[in-house]
Amino acid sequence: MSGLRLVNIVKKYGKLAAVDNLSLEVKEGELLTLLGPSGCGKTTVLRSISGFVAVDNGDVFIGNRRVTDVPPEKRGIGLVFQNYALWPHMTVFQNLAFGLELKKMPKEKIKGKVEESLAMVKLEGHEDRYPRQLSGGQQQRVALARALVLEPDILLLDEPLSNLDALLREQMRFEIAQIHKQFGITTVYVTHDQTEAMVISDRIAVLDKGRMMQLGKPVDIYSRPANKFVAGFMGTTNFIHGNVSDFYDDYMVVTTKSGLSLYGKGSGLEKGQEVDVAIRPENIDFMSASQTSSGKKSLNVFDAKVVRASYVGELIDYQLEIKDSLIRAKGDVKRRLTEGETVKIHLDPDQLSVLRG
Amino acid sequence: MFRKPVFIITAEIVLLVLLFLVILGPMMSLLIWSIAERWYWPASLPQEVGFEYWKQALGLQKSLAIGAVSIVPAFFLSIFIAIVVVIISMLIAIPAGYALAKYRIPFGAFILFLFLMPNAFPQQPIFVNLLHIFTRWGLAGTVGGVVLVHILVGLVFGVWITNATFKSIPPHLEEAARSVGASSTKAFFKITFPLAAPGLLASAVFVFITSLDEFTGTFFVGLPFVNTLPMTLYSASGYNMQFASVIAIILLIPSILFMTLIQKMLKAEYVGGMG
Repeated sequence: MSGLRLVNIVKKYGKLAAVDNLSLEVKEGELLTLLGPSGCGKTTVLRSISGFVAVDNGDVFIGNRRVTDVPPEKRGIGLVFQNYALWPHMTVFQNLAFGLELKKMPKEKIKGKVEESLAMVKLEGHEDRYPRQLSGGQQQRVALARALVLEPDILLLDEPLSNLDALLREQMRFEIAQIHKQFGITTVYVTHDQTEAMVISDRIAVLDKGRMMQLGKPVDIYSRPANKFVAGFMGTTNFIHGNVSDFYDDYMVVTTKSGLSLYGKGSGLEKGQEVDVAIRPENIDFMSASQTSSGKKSLNVFDAKVVRASYVGELIDYQLEIKDSLIRAKGDVKRRLTEGETVKIHLDPDQLSVLRG
Repeated sequence: MFRKPVFIITAEIVLLVLLFLVILGPMMSLLIWSIAERWYWPASLPQEVGFEYWKQALGLQKSLAIGAVSIVPAFFLSIFIAIVVVIISMLIAIPAGYALAKYRIPFGAFILFLFLMPNAFPQQPIFVNLLHIFTRWGLAGTVGGVVLVHILVGLVFGVWITNATFKSIPPHLEEAARSVGASSTKAFFKITFPLAAPGLLASAVFVFITSLDEFTGTFFVGLPFVNTLPMTLYSASGYNMQFASVIAIILLIPSILFMTLIQKMLKAEYVGGMG
């Protein structure tokens, strides 16, 4: 087993750079997700790891082996595609056995290996079925088994769950995570679905326009976005525009045009700089009118007017106005606020990210 | 059980009979002509029937009737030419169709269009000019020359159908094979080729039938030395309707056989598994 290293890889299509000088290290046994909107270059990165895309510049290492010029069949990778890519003229057994036969493995051993792999994806007894006789979920399991049966150094998954319905997708997420945990195979997972990425990954690399926007653990990516793109991509976020006016303890003070002062976390920013403060709707606490607070809790307490309240079932989606700024908030259904009402809110300064504007 | 109303059943029967008339009517006329030994106006059916003309055409019986020739040599020559044409055409069409489907080839669409060219213009002027060139090259009146002409006409089916077939096979299937250790050659022969087989066969059959029925090019380039079945049919049709009918029926047989075969192949499990 080995890790994976990409060093300054560049891939251009015409003048457009699909991957722009990207470096990335996937540790041994790690599951790393390449996350980004369509066209961000994540699939091109994956295809340059698998060898189906020849990079214009840079190097790909699997373990200590430089594979930049090695054809795909000699890289020791396992691939799972969005559309499963099972061979329709072969049975499940033949699909799994194909790679083993190419390795000239004896027949008995192949049989054992195939059975073992099918058991792993809970498809025992489906050896003689043709792919078209299986459901989408089962086909994807076969595809996974086919990739794993060869015990590759690196497993690459290209949006493997996008063709499945929502319920099955959720279930398969856990199964993939489970299989990964069980075998500890170094895995690169490509998706545009941030929830999927959060659930499944050890680390996430957020890409945009062929560049790395942020690399880190799911919780860090979500709560400590490095920039506006990551903050916006990882879920609903309110942005309030302002300038850094002061520093206080660990916090930065951001003042908006309308005179609102917000305390939040940020780094590498100077006084006077234009910034955006990112606030997640779930991090807005509604306080009771009598409630008083002290210390840290007294920072970021504002009076807000409820502009709109939409009952969504599990929660209430509010639109609030603080001075001139409109923000969205998630409220508890047990305490329902009506439109026009004024309410005291608290924004936890630790959960506010101050980002370069 | 749901039962169909009587008028729908009646309508279906009428439609079926009409369909048979339209499709089989002309063929019936051919069949009747081929066994008509004596058929004079105004009789609506032949006065005398028999297999005299079939026997003569198949070389089982000599005859001095005008236009009476044994079609056996012509039949074998036609089949021989068609087989050579299929082999050469497919050797060109499979790589060309595959390359045009898989790779981004500059002017790919234009190259595909070029194959259509010989069929996109009136054929007589093209083949008259071809005759001049072939005469200079010593190809006029030779089997080789006729083979070349047939390839020219048939290649459009070869390349277009193989191209469409390869395009219909998702490229990921080959990539998946590469990822489990198959070289690109192995991936092609183990994955793409078997999946493409029905389409490739269909394309070969089209080329075969095109060659078997080719007339204009053979007329200009081949005659009077290369006598294929359509040439024999042409010369017989002027003098002897019975001979012409026999030849026409013989020409129909491979087409019907192959069409049935293609239909069987396309119905097979491959199509369902493509998606």
